[in-house]
Amino acid sequence: MLKRIRLLTTILVFVLLTATWTACNGDTTEDTDGSNGNDNDSNVDNSEAAISVGVVYDVTGKGDQSFNDAAAAGIERAENELNIEYTELTPNKDGSDRAELLQLAADSHDLVVAVGFLYEPFVVDAATENQDVQFGVVDTPMLDFESDPSGQPYGDNISGLVFTEHEGSFLVGAAAALKSQTGTIGFIGGVANAGGLIEKFQAGYEAGALAVDPEITIFANYITEAPDSTGWQAPDRAQEIALSMYENGADIIYHAAGGSGLGLFAAAKKHSETVGSKVWAIGVDSDQYHTVDPEVQDYVLTSMLKRVDVAIFELVKSTIEDNTEPGAITYDLAVEGVDYSTSGGFIDDIVEQLESLKAQIVAGDIDVPTVPNS
Amino acid sequence: MLTASAPLGAVGLAVAFSSLVLIISGSNPIEAYRDMLGHAGKLEVQVDILNRVTPLYLSGIAASIGFRVNLFNIGVEGQYILAFLVAAHVGSLLTLPPVLHVTLILLVAMTVGAALSGLAGVLKVIRGVHEVISTIMLNAIAISGLVAWLVVEWQADGGTRRTGGRVGTEPIADSGLLPDLNGFLEMFTRDLGQGRQLESMLLIAVAVGVIYHFLVNRTVFGFDLRAAGVNPTAAHVGGVPPKRTIVTAMLISGGVAGLVGMPELMSTGYFPSNPVLNLGFTGIAVALLGRNHTVGMFFGALIFAFLDKSSSILQITSSATREIVVIMQGLIVLAVVVAYQVVAQIRKRQEAAMAMLNQLT
Repeated sequence: MLKRIRLLTTILVFVLLTATWTACNGDTTEDTDGSNGNDNDSNVDNSEAAISVGVVYDVTGKGDQSFNDAAAAGIERAENELNIEYTELTPNKDGSDRAELLQLAADSHDLVVAVGFLYEPFVVDAATENQDVQFGVVDTPMLDFESDPSGQPYGDNISGLVFTEHEGSFLVGAAAALKSQTGTIGFIGGVANAGGLIEKFQAGYEAGALAVDPEITIFANYITEAPDSTGWQAPDRAQEIALSMYENGADIIYHAAGGSGLGLFAAAKKHSETVGSKVWAIGVDSDQYHTVDPEVQDYVLTSMLKRVDVAIFELVKSTIEDNTEPGAITYDLAVEGVDYSTSGGFIDDIVEQLESLKAQIVAGDIDVPTVPNS
Repeated sequence: MLTASAPLGAVGLAVAFSSLVLIISGSNPIEAYRDMLGHAGKLEVQVDILNRVTPLYLSGIAASIGFRVNLFNIGVEGQYILAFLVAAHVGSLLTLPPVLHVTLILLVAMTVGAALSGLAGVLKVIRGVHEVISTIMLNAIAISGLVAWLVVEWQADGGTRRTGGRVGTEPIADSGLLPDLNGFLEMFTRDLGQGRQLESMLLIAVAVGVIYHFLVNRTVFGFDLRAAGVNPTAAHVGGVPPKRTIVTAMLISGGVAGLVGMPELMSTGYFPSNPVLNLGFTGIAVALLGRNHTVGMFFGALIFAFLDKSSSILQITSSATREIVVIMQGLIVLAVVVAYQVVAQIRKRQEAAMAMLNQLT
């Protein structure tokens, strides 16, 4: 027993000594070792920055190659072009510290950008407490419909960045219908009933496909339903769903499932290779042709672009210029807030038709639904 | 002395290994610990930590009641989420005098939790279904089935007036919510800033902890529970009804589990589309950490809550990656298990030595 205690003490002393040693050498190691794994790009030494921004990601965090990465692209562009400094924050896995993250971010930044509508109630609280800090929330209008049915901004310092995802999804739905050989396409949503957000993607996609081909068959499936939000980060389950859709005749599948989408691309490759005829996947939020692994790149037909990056860049810019707009800031087809991508050149032959549909939506000739029929 | 050495040694071991991990990942452990402790030194953060302790502690107690009879109630997760939703809905339907209203909501939550957990107990007793299997299945039925369906059914105004993160059930009238403890706390400290509220469910959680302690250690039922846990056959022969003990333990465990979601309900007043999940699973770790002991589990919950609340400051100061807190939580649980095993072995050896001495003399 004594021996054991001695061993433990030795380990403890060793560790403490090492710790002290690294503490003394802290300055030098930090300079050489920029990548401490934190993805933290704050340039605290840059004292001339116009403003400092705290970016609070959603639970999935950076690296989903989709929604959160689109937000990251926006803030990175702002850093390059607008001389700002920023800190990136991600909540605990269960999202239990959203309120505190916002509060901490507000303590030391001029603008706090919350990525995801789940932040809505917490931002209202934090913004009321910190009147001198600007807040922006992605994917919710930040309008108070409860005290006024027409919607009033929660406060002068709160903006909501909303997108007409149904319009962008309409165009990729049309592209899917135009390109489908089998007359069957699919849709995979991340989490159903999560504020009705993903249903908007589904509604637009189905309407777009039916507008081109009224006879088309559309499979629609969600990975999980709220409150189970694991559907955003379940590539394995997305892959299973995608494979079963492909096996039942679908040859193009669109996903609105955040990090789970990676499973769809893997499924497209797998099915194409086993069956010998090519099936496609459609990306979402970012131009996923450029974000996915090169080996599945050739299966990304197009992506529904949701320019979270543009919205965040513009929000940073307007904060610097001190002319932010409280309440909802809408990014639609007309301002290219949503769009489709042509990377890879797979849909070059139908761009003309898609552009004409786009013009009709912008002109108001086509009214895209936000709630699915089924 | 030997009893106290196990938890202390475990914490020491965990800190040592965490420091190693930090050093390997290129961070400075002393800086990281300094940031974490400095952050926890703020009154507002302490309130955050205590608010996190409340559900973790309740969840730990719920799991530990099962552990006492060698039952592994993994169903706390489903039990508390379903209880949270039903209590939020029932509470929003009526307005009662304050004390009655709150009591009713808490009772509904406990009943729902107990019913779901009791079902697993009955299945075990009647059909011999292992409670691990049945509670996992019941979790799926409760969360992905019942809650996913009912949360839409019971949505306020069909979800039209609220957007995004505000979607949820109809809010409960003020009479159904517990007041916060800010006034009480501020008598001893200073005014709480930044919109923080110390939730009064903390007091209820502590009360549940005290009741748990007396129930297990000072009642006949508690004796039955422990006896059945240590040696079911001997307990049965000794007159402990095994079936009744199992079902009762599951019912009590589920009743406490039903309270796990109440801190969130009592502070927000509705069931949101994104309630805090996974508390049921973390509770198992808390029970392990606290060795099923009332005070031990409180400290276990405190350590977990402290680490949970440290991840935010590490991201601000960037002295370490935020994932380190999860690694530390895991290391602490591991270290506790190892430390107690070591102490148990030492004790056994000492007892053997004593017995030998007695024989010789």
